[in-house]
Amino acid sequence: MKFGIGEAVRRKEDQRLLVGRGRYTDDINLDGQAHAVFLRSPYAHAEIVSIDASMAAEAPGVIAVLTAAEAKADGIGDLPSLLEIKALDGIPMAHPKRPVLCRDRVRFVGDLVAVVVAESAAQAQDAVEMIMVDYEDLPAAVDTATVLDADAPVVWPEAGSNLCVQWENQAAAAVEPIFASAHRVIEVELTNKRLIANPMEPRAAIAEHDADTGVSTLYCPSQGANRVQQMLVKHAFQTTPDKIRVISPDTGGGFGVRSKGNPELVLLIWAARRLGRPVKWLADRAETNYVDNHGRDNVTRAKMALDAESRVQALWVDNIAAAGAYLSDYGLFPTIHVAHRTTGTCYRIPALYHSIRVAFSNTTPIDAYRGAARPEAAFVMESLMEKAGRETGLGPVEIRRRNLLSGADMPFLSAPGLTIDSGDPLGALETAMERAQWAGFEERRRLSEARGLRRGIGIGCFLEVSGGAPKELGRIQVAKDGRVQAFVGTFDYGQGHGTVFGQLISQTLGVDFDAIDFHDGSDTAVVDFGAGSSASRSAHMGGMALLRACQAVIEKGRKIAAHSLQQDPAAITFDGGEFRAPTGAHMSLAEVAKAADDPDHLPDGLETGLDERVIYDRGAKSHTYPNGCHIAEVEVDPETGKVVIANYTAVDDNGLLLNPMIVHGQSMGGIVQGLGQALIEHTVYDETGQLLTASFFDYGMPRAEDVPPMNLVDRPTLCTTNELGVKGAGESGTCGAPPAIVNAVVDALKDDGLTQLEMPLTPNRLWQAIRDAKAASAA
Amino acid sequence: MYDFEYAAPSAVDKAVETLRDDEDALFLAGGMSLIPILKQRLAMPTTIVDLGRIETLKGITRSGDFLTIGAMTPHAVVAASTEVQRAIPALAKLAGGIGDPHVRNRGTIGGSLAQNDPAADYPAAVLGIGATVITDRREIAADDYFVELMETALEPGELITAVRFPLPEAAGYQRFDNPASRFPIVAVMVAKTAAGARVAVTGAGEKVFRVAAMESALDADFTPGALAVIDVPAEGLNRDIHGTPEYRAHLVGVLARRAVAAACETMGKEAAR
Repeated sequence: MKFGIGEAVRRKEDQRLLVGRGRYTDDINLDGQAHAVFLRSPYAHAEIVSIDASMAAEAPGVIAVLTAAEAKADGIGDLPSLLEIKALDGIPMAHPKRPVLCRDRVRFVGDLVAVVVAESAAQAQDAVEMIMVDYEDLPAAVDTATVLDADAPVVWPEAGSNLCVQWENQAAAAVEPIFASAHRVIEVELTNKRLIANPMEPRAAIAEHDADTGVSTLYCPSQGANRVQQMLVKHAFQTTPDKIRVISPDTGGGFGVRSKGNPELVLLIWAARRLGRPVKWLADRAETNYVDNHGRDNVTRAKMALDAESRVQALWVDNIAAAGAYLSDYGLFPTIHVAHRTTGTCYRIPALYHSIRVAFSNTTPIDAYRGAARPEAAFVMESLMEKAGRETGLGPVEIRRRNLLSGADMPFLSAPGLTIDSGDPLGALETAMERAQWAGFEERRRLSEARGLRRGIGIGCFLEVSGGAPKELGRIQVAKDGRVQAFVGTFDYGQGHGTVFGQLISQTLGVDFDAIDFHDGSDTAVVDFGAGSSASRSAHMGGMALLRACQAVIEKGRKIAAHSLQQDPAAITFDGGEFRAPTGAHMSLAEVAKAADDPDHLPDGLETGLDERVIYDRGAKSHTYPNGCHIAEVEVDPETGKVVIANYTAVDDNGLLLNPMIVHGQSMGGIVQGLGQALIEHTVYDETGQLLTASFFDYGMPRAEDVPPMNLVDRPTLCTTNELGVKGAGESGTCGAPPAIVNAVVDALKDDGLTQLEMPLTPNRLWQAIRDAKAASAA
Repeated sequence: MYDFEYAAPSAVDKAVETLRDDEDALFLAGGMSLIPILKQRLAMPTTIVDLGRIETLKGITRSGDFLTIGAMTPHAVVAASTEVQRAIPALAKLAGGIGDPHVRNRGTIGGSLAQNDPAADYPAAVLGIGATVITDRREIAADDYFVELMETALEPGELITAVRFPLPEAAGYQRFDNPASRFPIVAVMVAKTAAGARVAVTGAGEKVFRVAAMESALDADFTPGALAVIDVPAEGLNRDIHGTPEYRAHLVGVLARRAVAAACETMGKEAAR
């Protein structure tokens, strides 16, 4: 079936986007629109002594200058964390809410102080420069490793310290004796550096308000308009969903950071309401990098108890996770829940102690960034395994063979308490070694050595917990002419959902791929429920919701067909778009839809129309578990510290592939971002909290020349907890690539005496590490 | 960007005249540095004098043992020029490695030299090959041109019209990229010229500089091995999040040796021909 499930159907989205017919937020201009520019804090931490906006208010073109005082007068609410986490002893977490404009204190560089609305963006910018703010600079808490120290400056004095919450899995007593009697204990200390997501589209939004209806409409990029609407409705404006409509036109990438109800969005709606004019904002790259939530930023100590056969008996992980200056809406979800559920990844871990201390600092807030705690967990485990392989003498392969889960273990109750339904991580390792030609590596190493280069090979195994929010909307309408309208609450910000879901619907309903119109969570007035696209949930949750909606359409259609054909519904079959009776009489889906429109053709009790809306609820614990094994082979120039990835093999179990081409695109993108974390990307603050990497001049991103040829190998095992058999597929590369690449570089430099390296492995850092190791061995 | 007047004269004297009458006016060459500066509101010129319509500032001519490149010649044109590739292949390579295709199609040799960014490529070529900077009023030897960080010997309102390169016997250029900006962290141009060996380093210090110890070693023996024992001191070299002074000093040595090797390779090819 040309457009069926599993076919590499070309993306129907691409033509329009590639020829420049995309419609992004900044392409939208509304009649009478004004422009907003934000005044942001130049300090990481300071008291606001006074704000004098009088000159700015008089500047040419200025319509309004708004500060915290006006926000308070208009009752604009502060933005909370949408999760409450309890510490081990039951005390609630420190939960400071984020004011949309700072009142008396700024807490990171980029924090919002005022908004100027003017006739043009340039006039607004001119006026922003005229606002006089008297700050009293305070020492800043910056480095995650030290912000919990007793002498660190405190971001939220009412919290008493920078500790937001210490979460534990309450297993210390069970795990400690295992370590005490272990044959061997392997320990690592490592960091996952802070990263900036950098979607191609910068931050942008435009808001308008209809005073007659009281409805505000906000256009902005997102990962699902309903997610954005939630924060605005419930917390900022304390109103009902019908009063705030959110529309996301084409969105140029999300990576986790675009799913947020950010304070800027609140300010634009508020300004549009106050001023009675549409208000537009476009950030440049630097502003985007200051204020988009950042990702990762963890400092981890981990240890692993091994028995005499080098099998893991217990795992102990102590993590400090940065929160930044404010708690983002769901930022604690990856920081706590995803981090814990993923810990131990694809290994047999009989016992686990896990502590996570969430720490405030005078930095940009932290939230999900592609992978969202899964890469961190994989990096911890793969670093431990690598070291265990070295210290036991078993090497990187044998230590993993002894500890990896295999297909025979499934279903497996993991140490964090989740039932992994399917997968074969051990088989993935064996396949990856074969496809990466592991056996021939020593010969390749010799050839590199002859050219003055060090060559190394490294493994990155992983297992993710995917699926995100457990409910999703699916709705299928069939028109009289057979045309299908499909609605789902996930959101396409580049993934090609219309193509993939079109395949699913085409096959399920037997309709032409081109006869399906796709509507996703881009407009809260069209799709009133949905959790958007994050946590690799779209194929799974959106796919299942649409499948269920299709099934509901078929069920209703069966009753209508049975009624028309004067048969028992149970006797009616549905195949290839035809309802068929045992007599051979049949009706097409379109004919049934036509009948459904006429009450005279309906059996008693059925409403008119062939339009079925379902909420798919997978159950909170029924995640999917994508997993795999990646192998990187690198060459290192020991004179310069430059790493080149020579070969990259990715063996992935993403369950059933609805469209393998699109899944491979996801794999590649994730691998590139993973290699960015491993080799290049690093968000750097100085000790006063100034962001040194706000532009591409200083923040390194992977470029085409850095990307190796990739050998992508599908090794699916079907997910057993959803009928489609699909698993998440968006984040595997970010999990597999960092450990595979770092372990490969460590392998390349093992004769130089290096055993552990801190990401990113930039040339200077690698050169320094080689030099330090040389000096240490000479001493 | 603040407001400014815009002029696009078609002759050098008109352009120079505007700046003589208005000290807050600025020349605009390719705009690869100036436009970002304007966008960030870091400069507030009264008038922008766009040099793009002055045809006499464009083009490449070979005359005897000299190659002259017009100030408004884009990097992509230099890189693709068979004249340059034949006369000074290292210069064509250098031009072809600047920035990305967009930058190479807009950015110009004159603009790069006027800006004198400490990590720009062209200063290494001009100083390393011993070129002469030609302006609307005089000729400036490379050794006199680069004064300090972002400062040149150009007087206010003085316009570069061309750069004249003597043809070296051999030259090699090696750069090592900053992982973020992809400017060089360090780049080295090595040339064997009639007046002796020249080694010019960009990216490492506050401005492009020569390494006398390497030059005299190469005068004695123009091979990579001649540089093996020469260490460049780290003191005074740049420090940023991508490179320490020590790393930059080390890279100067590595890249200089590789540049010599590249230069020797071109000599070998010449000899084989």
